[in-house]
Amino acid sequence: METQSIVSLSDVTKTYRQGRVQITALDGVSLEVPQGDFLALAGPSGSGKTTLLNLIGGLDRADSGSIRLNGNDLGAMSESELAGMRLEQVGFVFQSYNLIPVLSAEENVEYVMLLQGVAARERREKARAILDDVGLEGMYDRRPAELSGGQQQRVAVARAVVSGPSIVLADEPTANLDSATGRALMDMMRSMNEAKGVTFVFSTHDRMVMDYAGRLIRIRDGRVAGDERREGEAES
Amino acid sequence: MKSFTTQMAWRNVWRNPRRSVLTMASVAFAGLILIFMLSWQFGSYDTMINSAVSIHTGHLQVQAEGYHDKRRIGQVVERPDAVAKVVERTKGVDTYTTRASAFSLVSSEDRTYAALVVGIDPEREPAVSTLESLVRKGSFLAPDDGYQALIGRLLARNLKVDVGDEIVLLGQGRDGSIAASAVRVKGVFESGQDEFDRSTVQIPMAAFQEVYAMRGGVHELVVVCESLDSVPAVKQRLASTLPGVEKGLVVLDWKELMPGLVQSIQMDLISGFIFYVILILVVAFSILNTFLMAIFERKKEFGVLLALGSTPGRISRMILAECGVMTGLGIAAGVVLGAAVTLYFEAHGIAFSGAEEILRQFGLPERMYPELSLLSATVGAGVVLLITSFAVIYPALRVLRLRPVDAISTIQ
Repeated sequence: METQSIVSLSDVTKTYRQGRVQITALDGVSLEVPQGDFLALAGPSGSGKTTLLNLIGGLDRADSGSIRLNGNDLGAMSESELAGMRLEQVGFVFQSYNLIPVLSAEENVEYVMLLQGVAARERREKARAILDDVGLEGMYDRRPAELSGGQQQRVAVARAVVSGPSIVLADEPTANLDSATGRALMDMMRSMNEAKGVTFVFSTHDRMVMDYAGRLIRIRDGRVAGDERREGEAES
Repeated sequence: MKSFTTQMAWRNVWRNPRRSVLTMASVAFAGLILIFMLSWQFGSYDTMINSAVSIHTGHLQVQAEGYHDKRRIGQVVERPDAVAKVVERTKGVDTYTTRASAFSLVSSEDRTYAALVVGIDPEREPAVSTLESLVRKGSFLAPDDGYQALIGRLLARNLKVDVGDEIVLLGQGRDGSIAASAVRVKGVFESGQDEFDRSTVQIPMAAFQEVYAMRGGVHELVVVCESLDSVPAVKQRLASTLPGVEKGLVVLDWKELMPGLVQSIQMDLISGFIFYVILILVVAFSILNTFLMAIFERKKEFGVLLALGSTPGRISRMILAECGVMTGLGIAAGVVLGAAVTLYFEAHGIAFSGAEEILRQFGLPERMYPELSLLSATVGAGVVLLITSFAVIYPALRVLRLRPVDAISTIQ
């Protein structure tokens, strides 16, 4: 049975102007991401990984080509429609955690559900359940400053998946973590992928993280340089 | 949802407590200054008006039409008793007296000066003016005093006369005849206002009537109202009832009688207004700076909120809520402190040691008092709130223009 694509990119280009210099971040990228993928975008710094994630997540717009998320053409959406799409269908995990510093772990996780209009009691129950799942029992009331980097990134993953998005985009999620913590985080993300079918697309240039990927797409100079399905991923 | 945004705003305010406290302190300081200064201005205006009213004009005067401008002796209230009865019955009137006046030459044995000779009702005058309390030598006039006079200190000095001495009044009577009489100085008054003390002689109304052939007429029926606020209503009532008693009368209020006082109050208000505008602008820039800094520092955070699906409008509302918390707390503190400081000085006053002479020239006491009112306590605070709300609009609009990818990549 053919798996439906959540993300579909066709001949996408994106250029930036940096002073007088025009930089081509993506150059004719075409890509299909089926539901349930655990996909790593690998490549050196400046290869276009983050730009690709930003375009898939509707944070930025392509210069040409088309990007579809669950069949919706992102290029045809207004800014507020993109915001609504991000809220309902995309979860983000950032390299430097990016939790809201004035909110507790539980409130950070609740925030997206709050925007979705979920009732307070349900928000709280779901937030606590997902924090328990990522191993942060009893740390609900801690502010980000009271959590370690690994714990903060767990909260970030919990925030990204709590409302059941179609896809979670993670930009170098382990880059600021030591290898053991990074491995633990990847174990957690992969188990979510396997147990709940959450689709993950993450960028990395870390060999260990690549080993976790079920599919590895290599990006070089804004182009897809390789796309391989992998089996027998890293052991935790 | 609202409580969550408010909660976030509250916590954000305290992320940088020192900066927030400084901003709130500047708002509170502006509130304090505005409340105190406005109370001070309003209080001093009341003092100035009441001083001027009690020495000179009363709150209202009933005069013959045109008398105020031309001061002709023949422009009189013909039936002062009938007019007085109407005045007495009018709601809001506290008391009244009658006066008549004539420019005359006043001579002593050695010297002659021009002066305003005023006929007063010795029984009623003390209730209307402070003249009785200004007598420094001798005593105030009594109804049966006949040809006796009160004389200003400087005029007495110029004429080289003292209590018990005789002076001669020479002027023109209402009928055009020469008005001349000798009067004996019964008392010397000192108001502190040189012009008044240099050029005024007061004699009993009965004597004035005879000397100046007034035939029962007076020039002014001076009215004191129950309060300054009731003056317009009393004026209106009198203006509508007096034509039934005597034609050709007008009712003038203290503003019409003392246009110079009104102008000096207006001048003071304008200079105060300029000061307040500068003060409020400084506070507005302080608020603007705080929020521009906050947006600069939290740009990445706003980018994350946008990435999570928050709308720019929601973030702007959070910024406005933060501003509301800061200005609200600042203004509350300003109102409390401003009211406390004002109430303290309202009870104790502020003495202007060394400036007594100047203040006396304006009929003002050397110790003055602010007057806290609902207006003075709220108008300044309201304006600060309004201007700071405007000041935060620009930062809030900048948030509306944020693109998530730019905001996030600012630091990443």
